[in-house]
Amino acid sequence: MNDALDVALRLLLVFVVFLTFPLIIGQTEHKVMAHMQGRLGPMYAGGFHGWAQLVADGVKFAQKEDVVPAGADRRIFQLAPAVALLPYLLVLLAIPIGPGEGAVGVVIDAGIFFVLAVMGVGVLGSLMAGWASANKFSLLGGLRTAAQLLAYELPMLLTAASVAMAAGTVSLVGILDAFEWWWLPWQIVGAIVFFVAGLAELQRPPFDMPVADSEIIFGAYTEYTGLRFALFLLAEYAGIVVLCGLTTVLFLGGWHGPWGADGLGWVWTLLKTAVLAFVVIWLRVTYPRLREDQLQKLSWTLLVPLSLAQIALTGVVKVVIR
Amino acid sequence: MSPTAAVALAATYQHPALAAVETRGFLSPAGVEIAFLLVGLVTLGAAIVTVTTRQLVHAALWLVVALGGLAVEYLLLTAEFIAWVQVLIYVGSVVVLLLFGLMLTRAPIGRSPDADSGNRWAALTVAVAAAAALVWVVVDAFRTTWIDLDVPAAGSTRTTGESLFQNWVLPFEALSVLLLAALVGAIVLSRKAKPEPVEPKPSTPATGSAPATGSAPTTGSGPTIGSAPTIGSAPAPAPAPAEAPAAPAAADAPDPSEGGVR
Repeated sequence: MNDALDVALRLLLVFVVFLTFPLIIGQTEHKVMAHMQGRLGPMYAGGFHGWAQLVADGVKFAQKEDVVPAGADRRIFQLAPAVALLPYLLVLLAIPIGPGEGAVGVVIDAGIFFVLAVMGVGVLGSLMAGWASANKFSLLGGLRTAAQLLAYELPMLLTAASVAMAAGTVSLVGILDAFEWWWLPWQIVGAIVFFVAGLAELQRPPFDMPVADSEIIFGAYTEYTGLRFALFLLAEYAGIVVLCGLTTVLFLGGWHGPWGADGLGWVWTLLKTAVLAFVVIWLRVTYPRLREDQLQKLSWTLLVPLSLAQIALTGVVKVVIR
Repeated sequence: MSPTAAVALAATYQHPALAAVETRGFLSPAGVEIAFLLVGLVTLGAAIVTVTTRQLVHAALWLVVALGGLAVEYLLLTAEFIAWVQVLIYVGSVVVLLLFGLMLTRAPIGRSPDADSGNRWAALTVAVAAAAALVWVVVDAFRTTWIDLDVPAAGSTRTTGESLFQNWVLPFEALSVLLLAALVGAIVLSRKAKPEPVEPKPSTPATGSAPATGSAPTTGSGPTIGSAPTIGSAPAPAPAPAEAPAAPAAADAPDPSEGGVR
């Protein structure tokens, strides 16, 4: 009974995080972008600095009609948002936020493979949406999504492999247990490559070619309305949570901090994740969108060689210090 | 999970470590076995739909179901590592590549009238023969072998890695050379198919690989877009994206070398 309760509590907690954190990041994005552009952002909803803006947005989305285009492939069109969103929920289960095995939803032996594999599945949702909409803009968006994923999956995997080599394990909990502070400079190149590739996989600016609104309206999501559209948006922000959490765990030491790692480990994790999420927003405000050829070139001529170099460096250091 | 929840696929030959659990019959119904069978049925069904449906993209998506079902079967057999690699490689990459190819060439919504082959019966024969051979071999080899759940799982990452790099290094390396050959072959093929580009390579400053913003203004249609390389992708200089209306629109003469930032 106690076990069942424990499992239920963990699942509930992960679910709550899954529902709230993306909203918090979304609200932060509203405010941070606004202030970076010399605006105030939402100020009215909820009274205090517009804190309830996204709740209001959610209510608005729920009220809208759910339209499926006449020419669309109905079932796939309707299934796509779930395929895009659910993988991130599953990934959240495996991200440890504190020391020990108590602070993770589910301890998974091959944690890195699990998270990367499941994250890759999420992109299928965009592809399905892009194809099933029967809209040329959507199809173009789907194509760009696929091209982008194929280009950026490789550096992401390679840099994750570098961390696994350094730690001697592919379990996320094990990696955190093995972490030392000097991994930070050692793996910094890998961290940047991983983060950038992750941004591209999430299609966040400056890698938002697949949803480039000035060219192809909103890419794969053009035909979506109401709740299903909101689910895609939620998937994007849940993706930010997952990417920042993963970068924190793999490269920034997760719950390790200068002090207080025993009791306050989860605070460190959340803090690092929040800082990374801020960087994601910052990049969106700062950089213009990359063109398709620039996207591909960035991945194949810069990120892949860098990640290979990082793996070589990891191997050399690993052999030297043994 | 009880220790009796061993998975079916089991064996006549008496491995000493496995002899203790030998009292079970062939396919005694425990929860895991029933799950294994049900998932197997789903996988088989999805695979059959994959090759019989007339809708090309549906076929690719049913393939996702089949491959995912296979991953679940690996999980039930305690081969966790293989299961996630299966999802990573096949669902995450191969199917995406398939869908990409389909969308690039032809992916009509609805039935494709030409999605049929005259080789149907030959293909069926080969498939049935291959499946029969495989099923026979596997059943014959593992008839009543049981997986002991009390010892570390035989499919965990550690044991997989150890056996791969201690016992099977040579095949592993040979396979990697094979893959390298395929890779080189693909590059050679794709380079031959393309005529030499006439335009001179943009002489990128020393950063060499600096690809980010504005390093290759001549790629598209030559000089027309050369002046506004940063924003948008179309030859027509797009207006600043509404979502990111920050400064870059104003900075219309970016230093070509600043692309190296990331």
